[in-house]
Amino acid sequence: MGPVLGVLAVIVALWYGAAVWLNAAWTYDQAARDGGTVTVSLLLSDTMDQERPVLPPPHQVVGELWKGLTAFNVTSKKSLVYHGYVTLVSTFSGFLLGSLLGVLLAVGIVQSRTMELGMMPWAVISQTIPVVAIAPMIVVLSNSLGFGDHLGVSNALVSKTIIAAYLSYFPVLVGMIKGLRSPDQMQLDQLKTYSASEVQGFFKLRLPSSVPYLFTSLKVGIAASLVGAIVGELPTGAIEGLGARMLIGSQFGSPIIVWAALFAATILAGVLILIVRVLETVVTKRMGVRA
Amino acid sequence: MSASVIEAKGVNLVFQTGDGPVQALKDVNLSVGKGEFVSFIGPSGCGKTTFLRAIAALEHPTSGILTVNGMTPDEARRKRAYGYVFQAAGLYPWRTIAKNISLPLEIMGFSKEEQVSRVERVLELVELSGFGKKFPWQLSGGMQQRASIARALAFDADILLMDEPFGALDEIVRDRLNEELLKLWNRTGKTICFVTHSIPEAVYLSTKIVVMSPRPGRITDVIDSPLPRERPLDIRDTKAFIDIAHRVREGLRAGHSDE
Repeated sequence: MGPVLGVLAVIVALWYGAAVWLNAAWTYDQAARDGGTVTVSLLLSDTMDQERPVLPPPHQVVGELWKGLTAFNVTSKKSLVYHGYVTLVSTFSGFLLGSLLGVLLAVGIVQSRTMELGMMPWAVISQTIPVVAIAPMIVVLSNSLGFGDHLGVSNALVSKTIIAAYLSYFPVLVGMIKGLRSPDQMQLDQLKTYSASEVQGFFKLRLPSSVPYLFTSLKVGIAASLVGAIVGELPTGAIEGLGARMLIGSQFGSPIIVWAALFAATILAGVLILIVRVLETVVTKRMGVRA
Repeated sequence: MSASVIEAKGVNLVFQTGDGPVQALKDVNLSVGKGEFVSFIGPSGCGKTTFLRAIAALEHPTSGILTVNGMTPDEARRKRAYGYVFQAAGLYPWRTIAKNISLPLEIMGFSKEEQVSRVERVLELVELSGFGKKFPWQLSGGMQQRASIARALAFDADILLMDEPFGALDEIVRDRLNEELLKLWNRTGKTICFVTHSIPEAVYLSTKIVVMSPRPGRITDVIDSPLPRERPLDIRDTKAFIDIAHRVREGLRAGHSDE
């Protein structure tokens, strides 16, 4: 714990220093306009407490975050809990869809050479397209096709799910391909000596062997899903979600709101990864891995 | 010796590699009788493992005739003629020892009750009774290899093919396992083909020692051991033992004259 807190202390100190440095310009401008002079104590106190700081100092961000989390009813549009929940839902749905897609594609690619040659280049190309470029198109298409209306959910959720899945399927695909191919030649020969079928080999050896790889990818995938969900909230003029909060904060010139939403997203990511890790512990313990 | 279970006549096996063809086996003739313990010994590249793999239908001879129980190796495998023990135990870490031993039984479609009773029986055979519920990492390397032998025995194959099964173990554990393997062989009457690098191991275990040499892989000597079936460890200090070991060493040296 010591080293972690040490690094945290250094980061906070640097942050405060940077806040004074970056917010000083405003203080000097104000003083010049009023004809006053800037003393060191004025500089320090003013840069800590501006309404629209260039870089809000930690206590302002934490204060805004705390207010957002606790000061309002959780169903209120001002509550970060509400916005976090909105983002969480699309993160999860995108994560589930993306992971499922990644696993199924990996199974196909490992089983069939044709599938590998046909699909793998497209999978790689899909990841070279910047998500900010493709996100608006997905939003427009989801709205005009109206899948959400058929499914009984909002079209915004559909588009965010697709974007989140688009980002999260790839790490799962790559990890699962590696995992499904991890059994060595000796293990495969051994199954051959039992005259095991391809399907038996898959379920008895390949699939269980891939589990550690799967969880590593899921941790990357869920973080990518969160990014996807947030990016999906940016171009839509969406009014809910952490991405929308960030957009509102920047449109209204209030960096404090942006930073608070950013931190809320970070906390969310931490919680999500923790959930995957707990799941991993439960599964691997059942699979007899050394405690 | 009664009828032969493994019969090789003029077996050749050529691997096509990037550097051109490599003759892994050249004109191999061998007959292994039922209940024999045959060791294959020779330096790396002499084809001893390749021959064992050919018996198991993991490799296929390019020419010549190879039969197992009078069938082709592929047919023999489908009839569950042999159990194969690899150099590494290869137990699945996510399965208990008992579940690992059930693996071939599950694949071959034995009933649940049958699986349980068979696992029980082979665990006893390799002296691992009571370890069924342990996971592989809870066992020593020697115990893991015993479990892998149990797995190969679980479906009652008459032939046991062993590819340097004790190669990765230390000398003391190896001696113990050799002793136990002989006991097991005596009790079950299996035919065992055993690949090894070690002269004392080959001489101690075998009724027949096949000496092989590389480039191309071929048999240079076949020695029928005069040692009795009952073999305490100190038989290794007797003259008969030392004489056979000497002959094996001479055979290995002769096949290695180019080095």
